Amino acid sequence: MPAGKIHVAINSDQDIVLARQKGRALAAELGFSAVDATFVATAISELARNIVAYARRGEITLQAVRGSSRQGIVVVASDDGPGISDIGQALRDGFSTSGSLGLGLPGVRRLMDEFEINSRPGRGTTVTVKKWRQ
Amino acid sequence: MAKRDGSTKDSGTQKNQASELALSEAPSELLRELVAHLRQNRTQLREEWVVRISETRLLTAMTKEEIFAEATSVYDSYVEALETETFEALQAYARNLSERIIPRGVETHEVVGIVLLLRDVLARSLFAKYQTDFKKLNRILDAYEPAANRIANTVAVGFVQERERVIRQQQEAIRELSTPVLQVRERLLILPIIGVIDPQRARQLTEQLLRGIRTNRAKVIVIDITGVAAMDVTVANHLVQTVEASRLLGATVIVTGLSPEIAQTLVTIGVDLGKMNTVGDLQGGIEQAERLLGYKVMAVAEAR
Amino acid sequence: MEVPILKQGEFLIATFQADLSDADLENLRRGLVQQVVRFRSRGVIVDVTAMDVMDSFASRTLREIALMIRLRGADTVIVGIQPEVAFAMVQLGMTLEGVATALDLEEGLAYLIEKFKNID
Repeated sequence: MPAGKIHVAINSDQDIVLARQKGRALAAELGFSAVDATFVATAISELARNIVAYARRGEITLQAVRGSSRQGIVVVASDDGPGISDIGQALRDGFSTSGSLGLGLPGVRRLMDEFEINSRPGRGTTVTVKKWRQ
Repeated sequence: MAKRDGSTKDSGTQKNQASELALSEAPSELLRELVAHLRQNRTQLREEWVVRISETRLLTAMTKEEIFAEATSVYDSYVEALETETFEALQAYARNLSERIIPRGVETHEVVGIVLLLRDVLARSLFAKYQTDFKKLNRILDAYEPAANRIANTVAVGFVQERERVIRQQQEAIRELSTPVLQVRERLLILPIIGVIDPQRARQLTEQLLRGIRTNRAKVIVIDITGVAAMDVTVANHLVQTVEASRLLGATVIVTGLSPEIAQTLVTIGVDLGKMNTVGDLQGGIEQAERLLGYKVMAVAEAR
Repeated sequence: MEVPILKQGEFLIATFQADLSDADLENLRRGLVQQVVRFRSRGVIVDVTAMDVMDSFASRTLREIALMIRLRGADTVIVGIQPEVAFAMVQLGMTLEGVATALDLEEGLAYLIEKFKNID
């Protein structure tokens, strides 16, 4: 199992591409299915884009993780941006299909198996998501 | 590392800590000596091990020749892992070996058993060699034991992981078989869903259908849910997602078998069935599909 | 990264590559609209076969492109969305509502031809 964290600094839209490419590569290396690898890459893309759009700068880390009987991947998206004042609102699944206004977090949560968010206004945001190999 | 005298080995916890240290601090010279001994006596030790294997009646699914061949590879990988103190190669070998022997019906306890036997055979030979120098024996064992245990662990885990992978594959195959996507006409697929839909099966269905759309270049799909055991919000939402995803591939979905009562309930709960094309029964659905595709369905008499 | 825009009769075909930058997408949008006006095209096929990830931004951009092309009097068909990508998109709630989609280039062309056949 590949050890070590992969760090991707997120400063521009090109970094979004880099982060999701690395995410896909790691998922493939861990034996995730094509669909799951795409889900992981898409989730990373969303999270990275949030960083670029709202915080300007941040970081995405990727790491393989081992559970009791399965392997997985954990993605942490963190920034020192403005933070989210109403997390409940951000997680509410009320966006219309015309285009997700806001952070697309409900979507990210659906794409991944585990989802955790820590955010405070003025203190930045950290989103941690995991996907387990089926 | 703690000072050691010629007394017997420490108690459990101390030994574990010492073991951890030993793994990283083992004088490479000791390890080299150990590995050299194992290499020099390779033939004899391997033979001894094979004898023990048949005595304990492990690997009965394999022939003597096969056991001997695998034993040689395992022995060499074992010694190499001891020498390099890296376990990636061993892990790869373990999975490779497992891939070969699992179809033969070899079980986990057998694999764990033979690796532990080898560990013991090698340990005994170390005892024999260094019995006159107790201090040295202690230090050699300090180097050997944690590595040997790690090897046993690596091989066992590699085997189990391979087994799990095979089981998952089989489960996947079973699931696929139980949910056929049927090509009925050109560009028309039918997906009859029967039974219980848990989230995993729902995802597998959607995946299969989407692939089927691409492979068959389907333009219309009829999904029949008459046989679905329990239609609830989760299943309904999966269905809506499937319809939406199918459209992205250019296919129209007709859902059949959704009773008005259930439809009403779902709408009340808030499931958006508005985008769904629903028809009462499968036959009706197929006819509508054919109309969409531009087929003219004529009675047999007319066709003549 | 240049995105090739080909002219096929009355239609334009734009083939998106994987991992276009935001700037690329912006250039593409402008370029497509310009070409639609220049050639008085009636339809545009956007081929996203090579895109292995479509996040909400990409989806929104496609819808915007379709809208702008519509304002110039032409139709847009998105083709080549991969099964895995489609699955991920609907998880995000991105359904490209209001934009025509087809399986591939062939189907996309058939759709446009059929559409204008009925109108003329």
